[in-house]
Amino acid sequence: MFKNGNSTVKSIFTPFNVITGIIVLFGLVLTVVRFTGGLAAVSNLSDYNPWGIWIGLDLLTGVALAAGGFVASAAVYIFGMKKYHAAVRPAILTAFLGYALVVVALSYDVGIPWRLPYPFIIQQGTTSVLFEVGICVCLYLIVLFLEFSPAALEWLGMKKIRSLVHRLTVVLTIFGVILSTLHQSSLGALFLIAPSKLHPLWYSSYLPVYFFITAIIAGLSMVLFEGALCHHLFADKLDEAHKQEKDQIALGFGKAASWVLAGYFATKVVGISADNNWHYLLTGYGLWYLTELLGFVGLPCLFYAIGVRERRLTLIRWTAGWTVMGIILNRLNICIIAFNWHLPASERYFPHWMEIGISVFLITCGLIVFKYVVSRMPVLYSHPDYKETH
Amino acid sequence: MSISRRKFISWISAGCTSLICTTAHGAKKQFKGYPDSFGILHDTTICIGCRRCEDACNSVNNLPAPEKPFTDLSILDKKRRTTTKAYTVVNKYENKDKNKASVFRKSQCNHCLEPACASACFVKAFKKTKEGPVTYDPKVCVGCRYCMIACPFEIPTYEYDEPLTPRVMKCTMCHDLIKKDKLPACVEICPTGSLKFGKRDALIKYARERISKFPDRYIDHIYGEHEMGGTSWLYISNLSFNEMGMREDLGITPAPELTAGALGAVPVVVSLWPVLLTGIYAINRRKEKLAEREKAEAVSSAVEAAKAGREKVSLDKVRGSDG
Ligand code: SF4
Ligand code: SF4
Ligand code: SF4
Repeated sequence: MFKNGNSTVKSIFTPFNVITGIIVLFGLVLTVVRFTGGLAAVSNLSDYNPWGIWIGLDLLTGVALAAGGFVASAAVYIFGMKKYHAAVRPAILTAFLGYALVVVALSYDVGIPWRLPYPFIIQQGTTSVLFEVGICVCLYLIVLFLEFSPAALEWLGMKKIRSLVHRLTVVLTIFGVILSTLHQSSLGALFLIAPSKLHPLWYSSYLPVYFFITAIIAGLSMVLFEGALCHHLFADKLDEAHKQEKDQIALGFGKAASWVLAGYFATKVVGISADNNWHYLLTGYGLWYLTELLGFVGLPCLFYAIGVRERRLTLIRWTAGWTVMGIILNRLNICIIAFNWHLPASERYFPHWMEIGISVFLITCGLIVFKYVVSRMPVLYSHPDYKETH
Repeated sequence: MSISRRKFISWISAGCTSLICTTAHGAKKQFKGYPDSFGILHDTTICIGCRRCEDACNSVNNLPAPEKPFTDLSILDKKRRTTTKAYTVVNKYENKDKNKASVFRKSQCNHCLEPACASACFVKAFKKTKEGPVTYDPKVCVGCRYCMIACPFEIPTYEYDEPLTPRVMKCTMCHDLIKKDKLPACVEICPTGSLKFGKRDALIKYARERISKFPDRYIDHIYGEHEMGGTSWLYISNLSFNEMGMREDLGITPAPELTAGALGAVPVVVSLWPVLLTGIYAINRRKEKLAEREKAEAVSSAVEAAKAGREKVSLDKVRGSDG
C-alpha cells in the first residue's frame, strides 16, 4: 500500500469510498437537522402515524435480517452441524452490526434518545411488550458482542482472552437463542395491542409466532444471500475451507428454508381460517396479501426446493435474495402499509425523503464497518493459529 | 468452568429471572377500574357546538392560542382531531336524515379504565389514577410513541417539532382540579349541560334513565360503558356512534389483555428453552464423541492391522532371506 504516494491516493479514492463518503457526509448533515429541528424537520411522522420507516424498516426488518446470527450459531454449536461452520462468523458479524444499527436508528426515532435507558433504570413498564423487546435486544447485543469478540481478539493476537471467551461459545449460543426467540416474536406482539388499526388479514393472535418463524426464514436466507455477496466482493479473503463449505451451506440452509417457508405458509392459511378472513381476500388489500403470501412465501419455498433437489446453487442464491425482499415487504406491510388502513388517504403516511436519507446513511455506515472488519479480521477465513479450535 | 464464565452465566441468568418475574407479574396484574372513580357523560343530543369547552380547556392547560378565535364556528365544517395545541375538539356530523339537525360531538382522551396507552408504555409514564383521570409524566417519557400506536381512540399527540424535550400531549381530565373538588374546565363552562361530571357508576345509571325515558331521542347504547373494557368518558346520542366517527368495532376486551398472552409466554420460553437446548447439545456432543471414539478405534485397529501385516511381511522377508 505504501509503495508510492500515487497508489495510496488511488486506494483511498475507490468508487466504494467515494460513494459511501458522500452518503456519510450527507447523512451527517441530516443528523444535524434531525437533532436541531426535531422529528418534524426530517420526517412525515404524525399523530395518526407515529411509526414510520425507522421502525418499519430499520427496527423490524433490521432485527429480522440479523436473525442469521442465532440461526447459524445454533445450527453449528447446538445441533452439531459442524459442516456449516463457515457460515457462523459472517452471520454473527452481520447480526452484531444489525443490532447496533437498530439502536442507533432508535436514537433518531425516539423523541428523547438519551432517555433510552430510563425503562431499565428509572421505571420498568413491565406490562409493555416494548419493555420486553428492549431488555432482550439490550442483552442480546452484549451476547453478540461476546460471540464476535474471538475474531477481533484473534486479529489483535490476544490469545489468552480469546480462549477464555471461546470457551463460552455454547453458553452464549444458548442465551442467544433464548433472547432471539423472545424478542423476535415480541416484535410481532407489539402490534397485538392495535387490532383496530392493523388490517385483519395481517392482524392475528399468531403474530408473535409468525414473526419468530419469519425471523428464522430471514436468518437462513440472509446467510445465503450474504454468502453469495461476500463471495463476489471479498473472494480474495475466503480460504479454501470456506469456499468448499459454501456449497454445502447453500444446499443445507436452502433445504431448511424451504421447509420453514412451507410450515409458515401452512400456519398463515390456518390463521386466515381461524379468524375466518377469507372474504377479505377479494379486496385490494386481499390481493396485496396474496401477493405477499404466494409471491414471497409460496414461490421461494418452491424455488428453494427445486434448487436443492437439482443442486442449482445460483437458483438457491437468487431465491435467498427474493425471500429477504419478502421479509422486508412483510414487516413494512404490518408496520406501515396495512397499518391504519381504515384512515383516508390524506391521513396516511409516506416517508419523507430525509427519513429515507437517514436510513440509507445508517445502512451505509453498517456496510463500511462490515467491510473494514471483514478485510482485517478472520471472518471469511480461519485464522491460521486457531484452525483446529473452532 | 472458568470464573468469568460462571460470573457471566449468573449475571445473564439474573437478567432472565428478573424478566420472568417482572413479565409474569405484569401479565397477571390486571386492573379492573377503581370503584368510586369519576367520569364525564357527554350527551351529544344537547351539545350546540359552541366550542366554549375547547376554549376553557385551552386556557386551563396554558396551551397556545389558536389561529382563529374559539368563537369562529366555521371551523366546525372541517373534521379535526386532537393536536398538541388542542386536547379537545368539537366536530359536527351531518344527520343522514336531512330533516334532523346535525350533531356535535366533543372528543378528547376517554380516560380508559384499563388504558392501552398505560399498558403499552415501557417506562410507565401513564397512570390510571383512582379519581379517574389517566395522567402522563413527561419527566420519564422517552418518546417511543408506542402509546400512540396503542390508543384505540387515536388520542395522544406528539410534539414532533420540539427538538429537545418533546412531550406526548393529551387531555388530563383536569386531574388537579378534580383533586381539589372542582369541576373539569370543560364541564364547568358548558352552557347546556351536555357535559355532566360525577361518579362513573351514577352517570351510567343516569344515562340509562335518560335513554329509557326518551327512547325516541337516544340510541340504546352508552358508548364507553364497555368499549375497550370501559372508559371514564361516556357518550349518549341519537345518531349512531359510527356516524359520529366513533368506532363501534373496538370490542370490549381491555387493551392489556391483548398482549397478556404474549407476555405470559416469556417465562415459559425462558424456563423451557435452556433445558431443551442444553439437552440437544448434550445429545449431539455424545454422538460426536461416540463417532470420534469409533473413528479412533477404527483408525487404531487399522493401524494395528497394517502393523501386523507389515510385521508378517518383514518376518516373511527374514524367513525368505534365511531360506
Ligand atoms: S383514550 Fe387513549 S390516551 Fe386516553 S386513556 Fe384511553 S388509551 Fe390512553
Ligand atoms: S412516548 Fe412516552 S409515554 Fe408514550 S409509550 Fe413512549 S415513553 Fe411512554
Ligand atoms: S361547551 Fe358544551 S355545548 Fe359547547 S361545544 Fe362544548 S360540550 Fe358542546
